Amino acid sequence: MKKSLAIMTLSIMLSMGSSFAFADKSGYLLPDVVPAPKDNQTTPERVKLGKSLFFDPRLSESNWISCGTCHNPGLGWSDGLPTAIGNGMHSIPRATPTILNTGYNKFQMWDGRARTLEEQAVGPIQAGGEMNQDMGELLVELNAIEGYRQMFEIAYPGEGITEDTIGKALAAFQRTVVTTDSPFDLWIKGDEGAVSESAKQGFEVFEGKARCALCHSDFNFTDDGFHNLGLTEEVPDLGRYNVRRVSILRGAFKTPTLRDITLTAPYMHNGMYATLEEVIEHYDRGGDVKESLSPNMQPLNLTKQEKADLLAFLESLSSIKPLEFTFPNLPQ
Amino acid sequence: MKKLMMGLSVSTLLLATPFAMAAEHIVGQKDKAFVTGGSPVEALDIAVGDTIKFVNQDPYFHNIFSLSDLSTFDLGSFPEGDSRTVTFDEAGSLEIECAIHPEMYMEVTVK
Repeated sequence: MKKSLAIMTLSIMLSMGSSFAFADKSGYLLPDVVPAPKDNQTTPERVKLGKSLFFDPRLSESNWISCGTCHNPGLGWSDGLPTAIGNGMHSIPRATPTILNTGYNKFQMWDGRARTLEEQAVGPIQAGGEMNQDMGELLVELNAIEGYRQMFEIAYPGEGITEDTIGKALAAFQRTVVTTDSPFDLWIKGDEGAVSESAKQGFEVFEGKARCALCHSDFNFTDDGFHNLGLTEEVPDLGRYNVRRVSILRGAFKTPTLRDITLTAPYMHNGMYATLEEVIEHYDRGGDVKESLSPNMQPLNLTKQEKADLLAFLESLSSIKPLEFTFPNLPQ
Repeated sequence: MKKLMMGLSVSTLLLATPFAMAAEHIVGQKDKAFVTGGSPVEALDIAVGDTIKFVNQDPYFHNIFSLSDLSTFDLGSFPEGDSRTVTFDEAGSLEIECAIHPEMYMEVTVK
């Protein structure tokens, strides 16, 4: 009796062990289609127009800065800087967020003040510290370019060149900027050899002891939520609190995606950490500043091996073959 | 705001309040959505004096707040299994959100 019970128990344990390896983790797979609003369904013509606008420095007051100046496809669609630099070499206190997979986000910008990509896209163009462009002047400039008149008419027949159609086109293009299969994706599709054993262990740490998945959840590794991570700042950035005056949001910022994380250093909303190792150490300490700290943050006491495994897992989240990209010839 | 009552309560206690006929509505916070009876809810009609009890059913913290003209409150953040209760004693409508997960949004109409 005892023997059969032991065999049964062992059988269950083995079953549980293998079920972890083969458990349904499909919730981590990116959907094939990036959602788009009814009045701005993604079409090749809209994407082509948006791509031209995205890389056209004539969208800025100086005719020198484009969206792509900061969101550089060669730098993980960010700029590799701790914090961004805008019009007149003006320093912006926040890091340039990658636009990879931003089409899946339910809130845009670090503080979520834009709800849609269409709304977000026209913000930096007009922001004084960024592209510093007067929208009225921009509409005049674009209307004077025959190539743009044609492209807008093809993409948005009868709608003209307006702030609305500029935002729509930029949004349509940004919805095509997505990550591709990573070793992690191949693993959850069933290729057991796609990632190292260390990365598999790191995934367990990620979902368990390290508590990362409380916020970095679902297919894009974000909860579309806002959290104060206890970062040290000389001048505290109030973040989401500027949008919603609720105490827990003081210093809170949007959870960013972790996909292609190795391409988007430095890290955090203020770019204060150059490496993922530094980021892991920050979380292991449970954050440094306790005021308005996210209740999900707490000291983790990770072992050296667990930190190494967690790093291996994070490194497995980057695209094996990032989308090929060619710069557009701009309309004249 | 002045008339707003916040804090933990149970329906039996409500019977002893001036709102003897007041009802308690249970609203869950599940999968980053407000739910009643297991289904997502974005709008809820209640009567003056009624109470809503928000129960966190997710394995992470949620929050409840409103910055509406009718009433402003922040019930704070609380973990799985915990709840927060708020009583509405003025007619009108207001929006309720989770500060941490703003996609959690619900309109309450107090009649």
